[in-house]
Amino acid sequence: MDFLHVLFVLLESTIRVSVPLVFAALAGLFTERAGVFDIGLEGKMLGAAFAAGAAAAVTQSVWVGLVAAVLVSVALSLVHGYASITQRGNQIVSGVAINFIVAGSTVILGEAWFRQGGRTPALAEGARFQTINFPGADAVREIPVLGPVYADLLSGHFLLTYLAFAMVPFSWWILYRTRFGLRLRAVGENPGAVDTAGISVIWLRYRAVICCGILCGFAGAYLSLAMTAGFVKGMTAGKGYIALAALIFAKWRPLNIMFACLLFGFLDALAIRLQGTPLPLIGQVPVQLMQALPYILTVVLLAGFIGKAIPPKAGGVPYVKER
Amino acid sequence: MSTPYAKLPGWVEYGLIPLINLAVAFLVAGLVVLLVGENPLEAAYHLINGAFGRGEYIGFTLYYATTFIFTGLAVAVAFHSGLFNIGGEGQAYVGGIGVALACLWLDQMMPWYVVFPLAIVGSVFFGALWAFLPGWLQARRGSHIVITTIMFNFIASSLMVYLLTRVLKPLGSMAPQTRTFAEGGQLPKLDWLLSIFGLNIGTAPFNISFLLALAAAFAVWVLIWRTRLGYEMRTMGHSPSAARYAGISESRITVVAMMMSGGLAGMMALNPIMGEQFRMQLDFVQGAGFVGIAVALMGRSHPGGIIPAAILFGVLYQGGAEIAFEMPSISRDMIVIIQGLVILFAGALENMFRPAITRVFAARGQRAAALVQTKGA
Amino acid sequence: MDNIAIELRGIDKSFGLVHANRNINLKVGKGTIHGIIGENGAGKSTLMSILYGFYQADRGEILVDGKAVSIRDPNAAISVGIGMVHQHFMLVENFTVLENVMLGAEDSQILNKGIAKARQELKRLEKEYALEVNPDAVIEELPVGLQQRVEILKALYRRADILILDEPTGVLTPPEADHLFRILDQLKAQGKTIILITHKLREIMAVTDEVSVMRRGEMVATRTTRETSVEELAELMVGRRVLLRVEKGESKPGDVKLAVKGLTVRDSRGVTMVDDVSLEVRAGEIVGIAGVAGNGQSELLEAIAGIRKAAFGAVLLNGEPVDVRGHADPAELRERGLAHVPEDRHHVGLVLKFEECENAILGYHHDPRFAKGMFLDVDAIRKDAEEKIAKYDIRPPNARLRTANFSGGNQQKVVLAREMEQDPDVLIIGQPTRGVDVGAIEFIHKRIIEMRDQGKAVLLVSVELDEIRSLSDRILVMFSGRVVGERSPEATEGELGLLMAGVEGRKEAAE
Repeated sequence: MDFLHVLFVLLESTIRVSVPLVFAALAGLFTERAGVFDIGLEGKMLGAAFAAGAAAAVTQSVWVGLVAAVLVSVALSLVHGYASITQRGNQIVSGVAINFIVAGSTVILGEAWFRQGGRTPALAEGARFQTINFPGADAVREIPVLGPVYADLLSGHFLLTYLAFAMVPFSWWILYRTRFGLRLRAVGENPGAVDTAGISVIWLRYRAVICCGILCGFAGAYLSLAMTAGFVKGMTAGKGYIALAALIFAKWRPLNIMFACLLFGFLDALAIRLQGTPLPLIGQVPVQLMQALPYILTVVLLAGFIGKAIPPKAGGVPYVKER
Repeated sequence: MSTPYAKLPGWVEYGLIPLINLAVAFLVAGLVVLLVGENPLEAAYHLINGAFGRGEYIGFTLYYATTFIFTGLAVAVAFHSGLFNIGGEGQAYVGGIGVALACLWLDQMMPWYVVFPLAIVGSVFFGALWAFLPGWLQARRGSHIVITTIMFNFIASSLMVYLLTRVLKPLGSMAPQTRTFAEGGQLPKLDWLLSIFGLNIGTAPFNISFLLALAAAFAVWVLIWRTRLGYEMRTMGHSPSAARYAGISESRITVVAMMMSGGLAGMMALNPIMGEQFRMQLDFVQGAGFVGIAVALMGRSHPGGIIPAAILFGVLYQGGAEIAFEMPSISRDMIVIIQGLVILFAGALENMFRPAITRVFAARGQRAAALVQTKGA
Repeated sequence: MDNIAIELRGIDKSFGLVHANRNINLKVGKGTIHGIIGENGAGKSTLMSILYGFYQADRGEILVDGKAVSIRDPNAAISVGIGMVHQHFMLVENFTVLENVMLGAEDSQILNKGIAKARQELKRLEKEYALEVNPDAVIEELPVGLQQRVEILKALYRRADILILDEPTGVLTPPEADHLFRILDQLKAQGKTIILITHKLREIMAVTDEVSVMRRGEMVATRTTRETSVEELAELMVGRRVLLRVEKGESKPGDVKLAVKGLTVRDSRGVTMVDDVSLEVRAGEIVGIAGVAGNGQSELLEAIAGIRKAAFGAVLLNGEPVDVRGHADPAELRERGLAHVPEDRHHVGLVLKFEECENAILGYHHDPRFAKGMFLDVDAIRKDAEEKIAKYDIRPPNARLRTANFSGGNQQKVVLAREMEQDPDVLIIGQPTRGVDVGAIEFIHKRIIEMRDQGKAVLLVSVELDEIRSLSDRILVMFSGRVVGERSPEATEGELGLLMAGVEGRKEAAE
């Protein structure tokens, strides 16, 4: 049963580390399907995490923290939107810029306001999310297999965790079953079709960018209000880029995104677990290889060795009315 | 009419507009300084003083500038071919392997002027290798260079941690770094260059790789505007369909341009490894690859613009350290913000002020044209 | 004609220094097909874009059903009953027909209800106008003719009463075009008003009730179609007697310089664009390829020039084979004496951001005259560019000026100077005078004749039948990827027209 136990621990931490990835990758889904590429997921997440940590520390309210996270992240999204939609600037450049501005500001502001070396003060219980235990979780834990599935995998997570996984079908529904989703997908493929149909390309893309901001806000809030109790400088540690990789790996589809995030999350959990322990048959696997694996897999996918990832056709191209 | 904006005089295009963009970036940075309750003017004073106040400071400024010239040129070479290489960070990091191997092998047997050329070759080789793969993958497999180079930055980071903790670390040492090089692995300082101006270099690691950077800048200018290859690169950068028509192989240019870009990024490793630390440490690149993006954007991908832009960032890095020392609430992370703001205003928002400026000049132009017409009549 | 569907009064529009529309007045009768004809750049598309709310007029009024309306955006146009079928279809390629039709007219926030309604409505439209198309088909898998039908359905679905079609036959095969005209007749019978924009006289004569002619931004005349003639319209379009004959002597054909044998070219989707084409061009003759745009002429030129891979067949240049199925290198073909003036100078023939002198060596940058080892000989390049500027009267005479700042005619001269002055054996030219002002057209035509008289083999592709007839020594007609007939330049326009429409050719092939 030791193997099973290890497996459950692994799966549980897989879920824990996948949550911000799911939020951020879905965030990227909304903008990129609308034709605005976004490599600023990392920065928005980091900014949101800082805002959440700071606001929750000051007000002692987890909800104020969450709202602050969303607001900051949406504001950053709008900067990206202004640069890439209104000013028709280079979307990659804009994303890079936002990542830097946030990386610097969170440290400078955090230090100026809290003077704890770039951290926000540790959050007390009321100022952060608590895990939700399902009824009877403790009672059934001893039942083999099904018990731990219920008690450890389904029960005992944060509200945001459940929200993240609920967002997957919800995003699918929005994209494929609503008017907004139809138009959003259309504008990422052929903005001319949307424009001539009497729909504002600019406003549509702005709305997509705002959706992205909201979801990145959740991702950031999860980091500083749920996963840890407070903000630590640079705490996103490349998760925004992993989410970007997951988005591409999932070929810009909501359900695939969940699986890609879980896969990358699992690799992350495994890497921590395996540190120093040799694997049967393979021997010792350097932990760095495990860490690099999501990126390597994405490169391999992009190269068309495992299926083909076709990005939205109008992606990265600012819309200019033809003369 | 195919260009969305009217033609502006050269000095406006390459002088005024970048300056305005830069000024706005600094204004916003000033606001951040205000926000943390400090005086922006005082910060500006410390910045300038910290960068130029003494010979030693100038030495540091130029030391940083050296690094940024390399990475800025790297980004620019790719830009000219229509490629966005955000992988400079990883290419510089991996380029360090070439430098370290040359030094570890020969530093105790040979003088620096023998080791240095080999280290250059090594850095270029490894940097180019790390850029070759994304280039090749785009040329042959159609995967987008922007995404692949981002991924390669992370892969490089993992690779280097592995190498520095397992392979290149001397036995018995705990620190993730190579051994310290003997004299053969240490570049001479440019104290004589500063002393011409009556300056004392002090402890600044301003070294001979600065001259290499200047030479590289000149070589890039020659390459882009005076060689057939550069002509082909620019053709592809402006119009891939015209390049195909002209018989220019897109995949060849993609791979070659990326390798040159990676090679230039790799050369950056010479400066910190052989010029300052005399060993290869974890994270020695310190974001210089990304600064290269800002430098190339500001310098309009022209070596003549890249050198002053690199020096500007040298000022920021060196002067920023001084600010952090004098004004503790403004840490060196301020530089990261400014860097981001410069990328934002000189890059993504480069056209924000253009319509207004164009209007001003169009009004002037019309008046001038009217004048000519009345004279002609 | 008191029943006016749409009226324009004094519409004026400038883009910077370009005066695209000058004081345009137009009345379109309800339930009629009204043609608007004019050369490329006459301002037709701008006018229609104003009508559809894409641009705002600087001055003037638009009246729909006698009421003044303000059309600020396409939405406003749709709400007053104007629908548009764009030249480049505004369709989302990976959406279904149904999704495309619905887009922008979904009725409710959630799609389910709208989908059911759209399906029903499509069925009704299908019946009423005989516009069959599978609503669940994905656009990118449909042939062009059907894609256009989806565009028409989009407009009808939005209850458009006035339908604008912008160059609708440019991408259609003649049977498809015929079908389109039948649809238009049917729409007219149902009381719809149709505005047809085209530069093809034949279409105007075939389907319209009235026709208005535009020239250089002005509306120069309106005629009742029955009472006018092709000759009159042509004259109105150009503003003076069309120069139908270029001065030229007898051709003296020599050896075969370019031979194409059984060439078949497929596009990226695997659709056959050029189908088993064989032709020969001899030294000292001009072979013209006539045809409606999109019948494989462009692909044929590109395959010969080594830009596009061929699936089958062979090309011989000066008797030596060209590897058209593998890696034909355009640079190598140039060295072997092939010069190519491409159809699209903006994206292919020139790099608009380059200085003029840089474009003057595009494709010839390996030529020893311009290169010193791996370096470019900048002095030689500039000197050479200045010579060509003088010889071809390129204005302004400034080799350092960005090419984007030259006019269309002068840009074309830059390309022609580059290709002709290489002293090639074979010159292939696509659309030599597209978007070129009249003065430059004469110059360009003369130069092409001169090339012939110098003993070059010239292969000319143009969609302007007049141009083909006046320059060519032999005319090949392409239709649907095939060469369907050969005629002498004395053949009448009607005879060639039937071939281009695929009518005569099929008979000929059958015989």
